[in-house]
Amino acid sequence: MAFKSKKSEVSTEALSGENAISNREVEGLSQGQIVRRRFFRHRAAVISLVTIISIVIFVFSALDFRLFGVWRIPGWWKWTTEDLPELRVGDCPGGTVGCPTISLRPKFLGGSGFGLGDHPFGQDDIGRDFFALVMKGAQRSLSVMVVIGFLGGTIGTIVGSVSGFYRGKIDSILMRLVDFMITVPAVLIGSVIGYHYGNLGAIFLAFYLGLFAWTGLSRLVRGEFLTLREREFVDAARVAGASNRRIIFKHILPNAVGIIIVSVTLLLSGAILLETALSYLGFGVVPPDVSLGLLISQYQDSFTTRPWLFWYPGFFIITIALSINFIGDGLRDAFDPRQRRRITKKERQESAISKKLAQADE
Amino acid sequence: MFAFIMRRLGVLGVILMGSSFILYNLAAYSGDPLAELRTSQDPNRDFLMISLSRELQLDVPPPARYFLWLKGVVGLFVGHADFGKTREGATVGADLAQAIPVTLRLVLASTIIAIVLGIGIGIVTALRQYSRFDYSMTFVSFLMFSLPIFWVAVLLKQYLAISFNNFLKVPDVPLKALVALGLASGIFWAAVIGGSRKTFWTVFALATTIVASLIAIMDAMNWFLQPGLGPIIVLAIAIGIAYGVTQLSVGITNKAALKSSLTVSGATLVMYYPANWIFNNNPGPLGVFGIFSILITVGVIAGILYSKIDRGPIIRTAVITAFLSALILVVDKFMHTWKQYMETDAINYRPVPTIGQRNDLLDTSDFWISSLDLVMHLFLPTVALTLISFAGYIRYSRGTLLEVLNQDYIRTARAKGLTERTVIMRHAFRNTMIPLTTIMVVDFAGVIGGALITERVFGWSGMGTLFYRGILSFDLNLLMGVFFVTSTLSVLANLVADLLYSALDPRIRVGSGA
Repeated sequence: MAFKSKKSEVSTEALSGENAISNREVEGLSQGQIVRRRFFRHRAAVISLVTIISIVIFVFSALDFRLFGVWRIPGWWKWTTEDLPELRVGDCPGGTVGCPTISLRPKFLGGSGFGLGDHPFGQDDIGRDFFALVMKGAQRSLSVMVVIGFLGGTIGTIVGSVSGFYRGKIDSILMRLVDFMITVPAVLIGSVIGYHYGNLGAIFLAFYLGLFAWTGLSRLVRGEFLTLREREFVDAARVAGASNRRIIFKHILPNAVGIIIVSVTLLLSGAILLETALSYLGFGVVPPDVSLGLLISQYQDSFTTRPWLFWYPGFFIITIALSINFIGDGLRDAFDPRQRRRITKKERQESAISKKLAQADE
Repeated sequence: MFAFIMRRLGVLGVILMGSSFILYNLAAYSGDPLAELRTSQDPNRDFLMISLSRELQLDVPPPARYFLWLKGVVGLFVGHADFGKTREGATVGADLAQAIPVTLRLVLASTIIAIVLGIGIGIVTALRQYSRFDYSMTFVSFLMFSLPIFWVAVLLKQYLAISFNNFLKVPDVPLKALVALGLASGIFWAAVIGGSRKTFWTVFALATTIVASLIAIMDAMNWFLQPGLGPIIVLAIAIGIAYGVTQLSVGITNKAALKSSLTVSGATLVMYYPANWIFNNNPGPLGVFGIFSILITVGVIAGILYSKIDRGPIIRTAVITAFLSALILVVDKFMHTWKQYMETDAINYRPVPTIGQRNDLLDTSDFWISSLDLVMHLFLPTVALTLISFAGYIRYSRGTLLEVLNQDYIRTARAKGLTERTVIMRHAFRNTMIPLTTIMVVDFAGVIGGALITERVFGWSGMGTLFYRGILSFDLNLLMGVFFVTSTLSVLANLVADLLYSALDPRIRVGSGA
């Protein structure tokens, strides 16, 4: 909801009890500070934020990373996806090959202590290091996700703001376009695109998918703009002589930023699931490139004999998507002024006591 | 109203045309249908290329070819639609007609289960906001949101199908599993029912012992190989249903409703042997339908006889009870078919299949065995789809109910001294259902479009498989056929959602401004 209305709401609602407690907390704080505070109070969201940042750093630093194809940032992991080390035979459970060497059980519990070993996630059929493959796949999936999210978010915001602000003909043309595109499920359109353009590389695929991912967001932004443009502060800005561009970017957009950020996070988690699903179907990232969905689809049949080929990529997909969903939830709570924190019993008692003391003073 | 619907249908027609035009060209320009032939070494390659070009009218540029395609599709309105031909020369219409029922069957059951479960859990979480149950369900629903279905499917195939089939070879529940299942259900029910510490532990102990002993008894009676309910258990379940439905629908204090529901339970017991006789001698949908209609008639008559005033809700309660009780009778019949089903050569004691929509080796002459086969093949995909989609319903219904509970009319209802049941079920729940209904309809259309992955994973040949084939062989007509069906469904679902919304919510009137 709108930020600028906050003050009036506060003054009318500042009566007693729970409102008083939550209002006292936001006194003298800017909107950004309030949002940040609320976000950091959402424990699951903070944990997820830390998780996702660590995953990104971990995954991108593991392998050599080429920036614009020129600078090479060396990775700390010894194998790459092209290396073909010797396949580990023997000392694997059930007579399988290439089992993981990771050990997380400490020595005093009967394990062999904490250590990664040569191939922490095991090896695939021809001996390629699965840890390197998973890292590469996670890099691909994460970059696809970011590109789709960025592109979809930008286009969606622009289309939504333009059509919500200008209304009239522009609005109906843009919204009909959205109607056209929304009629077809994302997986279907993604498959058509992915099958024919997947071989051009993951980033190109992401770019194409991003061109189709903005529709839902644009509808939300448009709705937000339609209500915000009727507000007094927009009138005030117009009377003061602000141009349309200034009103859109300086007055309305900052008020709609909550809804945009929240839906972009949801778009991100949808994007990683879409990419993995397409790659699983064979319509996304194609070999020799690697993606998490592709890894699962390649090794799903070996689940009974070599389950690690299935567990690790799945673990990364789920952790990434789950963290993003929780961050989105935390952001939604943080941006929603209706969402009040739960007042604990202790705080309520304290507030009652202080109220009584105040009455006694009078 | 009529004018509104007609106008909306007109707009939808335009939208469909526009989107299909974009898609047709997108698909047509994204590849070359003759690519495979161009590189082939076949001596009569040129002839094949020419004949395929003529067959698919490839000499016409795609934007113009679209209108040729459209002309065939518009024939839908005069009774003979022509979706064009596939590369192999079959008509796309026939393929679609075969595939649509399969896809519908795949998603229908899971959608219903997801809705019932999701809304149920969502309501409980909203009523116990900020409880441990709420937090854990929030976590579970976010986890479900983040699960890729193809990944879940592999796990389900391994643990629900292969392991369960292995278990059925020697159906002995180990003590560890017994204790674990008991404790899990104890924790679940204690968290759902909540309350003070004393009730929490009582519920926990009760649920744990009941579930654990139930499984132990089932194990001892060799129930997993010869399941069945029998008249006594059917009666017990029917009485339980009667009490439960009455409590939720009109409240247990309504004696007339309770009496008529219990009458239906009694009738279920009376019908037990006659129903089995009917099922055996008249196998087919007719017998099932007969049982349902007999019990529902009993419910209506009992409702009319017992009630003097306020008949509607009482009859409704009895009818819901009758429907559920009849369902129990059918389930019982399925259970009795189980042993016979397992003993057939095609099944051979491995009843949970991992792929396919039916067992082709099975002798389908017996209605009950072939129906059970359908149900078993639906089992895994339904579980997978339910897991993925019910999380959304939990979130939606929780959020909506919380919003509704903050409304003034809820406070008014409480202030009038209405019971908590009336406030929740009549004032809050009904208003929660308004936005949920529209979400359900739109979601259902989405699930059908998204069935592509599910069908691939579970080896069903529905619309997703057609689509897959269409992409791989670059079969434009096939692709467009699937696109047409899914996009028509999705725009129609949106229209139905709008109409439902206005039908359910008197504050919204269609036709005024739209």
